[in-house]
Amino acid sequence: MTSLTVIYTGLFYFATIVLIGGVAFRIYEYSRTPAPLVIPTTPAPTTNTGVAMRMAREVVLFESLFKSNKWIWVFGWLFHVGLALVLLRHIRYFQEPVWFWVEFLQPFGKYASFMMIAGLAGLWARRFLVDRVRYISTPSDHLMLALLIAIGMSGAMMTFVVHTDIVALKGFALGLLTFDIQPVPSDPILLIHLALVALLMIIFPVSKLLHAPGIFFSPTRNQKDNPRETRHIAPWAAAMERDKA
Amino acid sequence: MAAAEFEVPTLTEYTVVPKIKEGATAHVKTFPAAEVSQTYLGYPWTLTEDWQERAINKMGDLLGKYRSLRVFMDACVHCGACTDKCHYFLGTADPKNMPVARQDLMRKVYRRYFTLPGKIAPWLVGAEDLTKETLDDWFGYYHQCSECRRCSVFCPYGIDTAEVTMAGREILNHIGIGQKYSSEILVKVQKIGNNLGLPGPALEDTLLGLEEDIEADTGVPVKMPLDVEGAEIMLVTPSADFFSEPHVESLIGYAKVFHAAGVSWTLSTKASEAGNFGLFNGNYETMQKVAMRIRDAALELGCKRIIVGECGHAWRVAYSFWNTLTGIGYGGNDPFSQKLQQQLDNRYPQPQHICEYTWDLIEKDVLKFDKSLNDDRVITFHDSCNVARGSRMGTEPGGQFTIPRNIIKAVANNFHDMAAETIGETTFCCGGGGGLLTDDLIEVRVKGALPRMNAYNNVAQGQGVNFLALICAICKAQFTKVLPYYGFDRGQVGGVHQLVSTAIKLD
Repeated sequence: MTSLTVIYTGLFYFATIVLIGGVAFRIYEYSRTPAPLVIPTTPAPTTNTGVAMRMAREVVLFESLFKSNKWIWVFGWLFHVGLALVLLRHIRYFQEPVWFWVEFLQPFGKYASFMMIAGLAGLWARRFLVDRVRYISTPSDHLMLALLIAIGMSGAMMTFVVHTDIVALKGFALGLLTFDIQPVPSDPILLIHLALVALLMIIFPVSKLLHAPGIFFSPTRNQKDNPRETRHIAPWAAAMERDKA
Repeated sequence: MAAAEFEVPTLTEYTVVPKIKEGATAHVKTFPAAEVSQTYLGYPWTLTEDWQERAINKMGDLLGKYRSLRVFMDACVHCGACTDKCHYFLGTADPKNMPVARQDLMRKVYRRYFTLPGKIAPWLVGAEDLTKETLDDWFGYYHQCSECRRCSVFCPYGIDTAEVTMAGREILNHIGIGQKYSSEILVKVQKIGNNLGLPGPALEDTLLGLEEDIEADTGVPVKMPLDVEGAEIMLVTPSADFFSEPHVESLIGYAKVFHAAGVSWTLSTKASEAGNFGLFNGNYETMQKVAMRIRDAALELGCKRIIVGECGHAWRVAYSFWNTLTGIGYGGNDPFSQKLQQQLDNRYPQPQHICEYTWDLIEKDVLKFDKSLNDDRVITFHDSCNVARGSRMGTEPGGQFTIPRNIIKAVANNFHDMAAETIGETTFCCGGGGGLLTDDLIEVRVKGALPRMNAYNNVAQGQGVNFLALICAICKAQFTKVLPYYGFDRGQVGGVHQLVSTAIKLD
């Protein structure tokens, strides 16, 4: 086993543990923190189904962003949908045989990388061109976009320009899943792509990428508008009430 | 009116998003609270020696108690969707008045003390130590936010800057930096019973005077009962309704509606204030104490229904929080809530907005109007932020927009809405909400009113609108002050029940 394989194997196990463990911990934290008051942004749905629909529109269509700014919406939506298709396409590297619908997505997933890169480029351009967005951008905002673009470009390079040994790569990926370590192909573009993906996985739980789990816990979006019908009280507030009584 | 010490913005057809001007309102500072009021509220009154540690500990405490703050600190991606949505930014061009930048004043401290990257590489993620300068920015810019929640409508994660501002003010209070205006009001409401500090006998006098006025005016003996035990309805209304113009015109309107409906009703000395500035400072216990006066008064008077007068933030607290804070509402299965629920008439929503009450009577054809009496007015309706984005009326979402408009159309002939992007859920704040209705903040109040004034000016020029109707005591006071800066007569603002009062037929 080459040292390269050892490094990449170790890196991916580490990144996976950090990603899953870190995000699980955040979700635990968010779910454990009470929302003491009913604060949905109204008009808000009054039923659970309504809330689920609102959340679905928010997550799938970016409803609020659409209301806000069509440019950010176009770029943001292109990027996220592109990324989703690309990620779904990548399932093929982790299974044998490949599911029918993953096969079906293959061509879409390939070209979705351009959607993704175009969206990211648009979002990045705004950080330079719009004075308000320039003002709020931190170095990490720029680096996050650079990282995602680099991942997208290195991936697209392998799909459309210099092919990598995809059979060997799939062997490596399946090996990770089955704890039967296989050599990682030593193609530089692939190694860059994989390293950047691992980096992204590692920073996920400590960065603004937490907007992904965060939205589901956002009280202004996930609460029902029913405060006159239901008494909503947080455990710490109930304890305070008992102490006073 | 004295000449303004700042440039009043010029009205334009559409509100233009300005180029940012750093530090444009850095000089605007509200007056700090004095020892008496801070001590009464249980806060230190001057910066404590260990202020930094206390502030960080308090932030940690709030992060553990409020999921909103916890999630909002993490979730922002700096996309910029909110940057042109705040009326204070649009009016002042100060970038720290962009919602995201206002949040970042706290987020940079959160990142520094509560996140790994902020501890290791603060420069990378925009994390900073909590310094005196940052504290200064907090005090300045957390008092240039009216907690109107307009930004939360547009944020893809629903981040509500109001929650951040409330937390910021609570932390500031906790280390000895309070705001004079809000602190003093919170003392008055708890000591005397209302924000204006109007004692019981003065209130009684005022109401008797109003009864005489109405009778002289209409020939009908419309009553304004006070502290009547066993009355069916207890009306809780902002104390400005007793004292200020044009607020009092709406109070007269409510009294006429009750008279026409033939119900027994009463005001309460103890609950002579619907407003609850506890909301603005983000202190749950203070907000609860202030709200408990209403519950106590309801229990003492034995009323069957609780109705709330025209006040924006009061209605948010009443509709959204009273059940939680005081058990005024339904669904509580603890003895505390049940005690009140058994007394209240469960055929009606509790609490109920005066507009819900009046509209219900209009629908049942109980009230009669002569709409032509309002014909000198061409009316538009300003949705008040806390009603629009923090509450509801009626049974359907959005009832808070349709019900007041339906009332206006039932009592007057001339109504025109302002531009769609400036009303409803995307309504612009009057510029004086959230504890900013004080003379020391007049510059941001005037500038923050710009988007609303532009929208009003458009319908004034285009449709000849000459009356800005609304249902909020703070909006009424703010517009009365600010309309003249933009060349409008202060008499152009008034309550929805002022229009009801004008047109209602009494027997």
